[in-house]
Amino acid sequence: MSRYLVDKFLYTVDRDPDLVERYREDPRGTVAWWEAEEANRILNCVSQERSTWLVFADDEREALATHDYPRLFELGAHPFLTLTLFIALFERDHEQPLGFQLEYAQRLSGYSLPYPDITT
Amino acid sequence: MAEISAIIASTHHPFYYRASTSTGADRPPFADEWQAKIERFRETLTVADPDVLLLVGSDHFHQFWLDNMQQFLVGHAEQYDANWYNEEREFGLPRMHMAGDRDLSGHLLRGGLDAGFDLAFSNELRLDHSVTCPIITLRPQNDLPVVPVYTNIFAPPLPQPKRFVQLGQALRDLVESWPSDKRVAIIGTGHLSLELGGPRQFGPHGPDPEFDAKAVEWIRTGDIERCLGEVTIENLLEPGNATQGFMDFMLMMGVAGEGVTADYFDNLDLFHTMEAYFTWYPGGDPRPAAAAASVSLPEQAAAAAAQEV
Repeated sequence: MSRYLVDKFLYTVDRDPDLVERYREDPRGTVAWWEAEEANRILNCVSQERSTWLVFADDEREALATHDYPRLFELGAHPFLTLTLFIALFERDHEQPLGFQLEYAQRLSGYSLPYPDITT
Repeated sequence: MAEISAIIASTHHPFYYRASTSTGADRPPFADEWQAKIERFRETLTVADPDVLLLVGSDHFHQFWLDNMQQFLVGHAEQYDANWYNEEREFGLPRMHMAGDRDLSGHLLRGGLDAGFDLAFSNELRLDHSVTCPIITLRPQNDLPVVPVYTNIFAPPLPQPKRFVQLGQALRDLVESWPSDKRVAIIGTGHLSLELGGPRQFGPHGPDPEFDAKAVEWIRTGDIERCLGEVTIENLLEPGNATQGFMDFMLMMGVAGEGVTADYFDNLDLFHTMEAYFTWYPGGDPRPAAAAASVSLPEQAAAAAAQEV
């Protein structure tokens, strides 16, 4: 389980306009590139100083590669990060105000309290 | 010593800026009522005539990340830039810039550390909407220096609710012992019941109106004892998965004091969440004098005109 790394993916993609578009267009390719090149980058360090041990679990990688936000919820990805990034990805495809946000709620409607733990 | 001119607790709703500035068909049906309530709320700060704003909020995974997460942090910068690309993208928030007050920051840090709060600090802090929303709603001219205090209500493990109350009490004592002749308004924003990224999000009202009614009453009457008796980190997840942001309201209850009823209260049931606005005046309510002054001006003008005749 690497909940932290899933959150790190969501966080680093969400803050970069180019990565948001790249992840929208090519989720599987973006996840593969990110895991190979970016997963072990320590965010406030120079590029020579890296971690060596961070990898996704198979189900996490697959959920990210398929834009499967209900599965990310189930895996304990931070819901604020997931929501914010997925609004950036898909709100534009909905005509009604909050259309995507309501669809999002609907797709999660099978979950009840207690929700999956999000502690990292 | 410095004087606390107002204590203000509010929800922070990043959609307000867009709702209140939109026109024509883009303007949502609830915008007029919302804007009118905000303008009345704003007046409670304006009449308090502050020189400095101490702003309590929380970073929403902007500058602070899970590789280095602070619990409580005091901004210690000369200036602050504010709002981020994803807030511009999602909420249409403008980029902002505020002056700091390093003297007050330093006083809070030294005094807070000595009082047993191991506060983090930042000399270069880009603020986010938890702190800029109350500038937009309460002080849109953005003409006063600020000192931000960030809390972690977001990335578990979190401090206990009691710790938020205690920090609020300490902040009040520290501001009142700041060797300065300035008037400080302490403004904190939090959440009532709120769900983000979960099945109860973006409903016709907040996810738990029963909790909201109870919470608003605790805040309005300063009922810290009952609030602390009922609230835990864990059970705050029941009204909504982002309701731990209520702990910033609890911090503000600590600032306002046990059993002290708010001098001003208003709320608004909106889609997604309830808005709630509270103001306390520790040094006495300035509104009657302000109202008398505004009445007396036309009277004086009339008297002057009569003399001329």
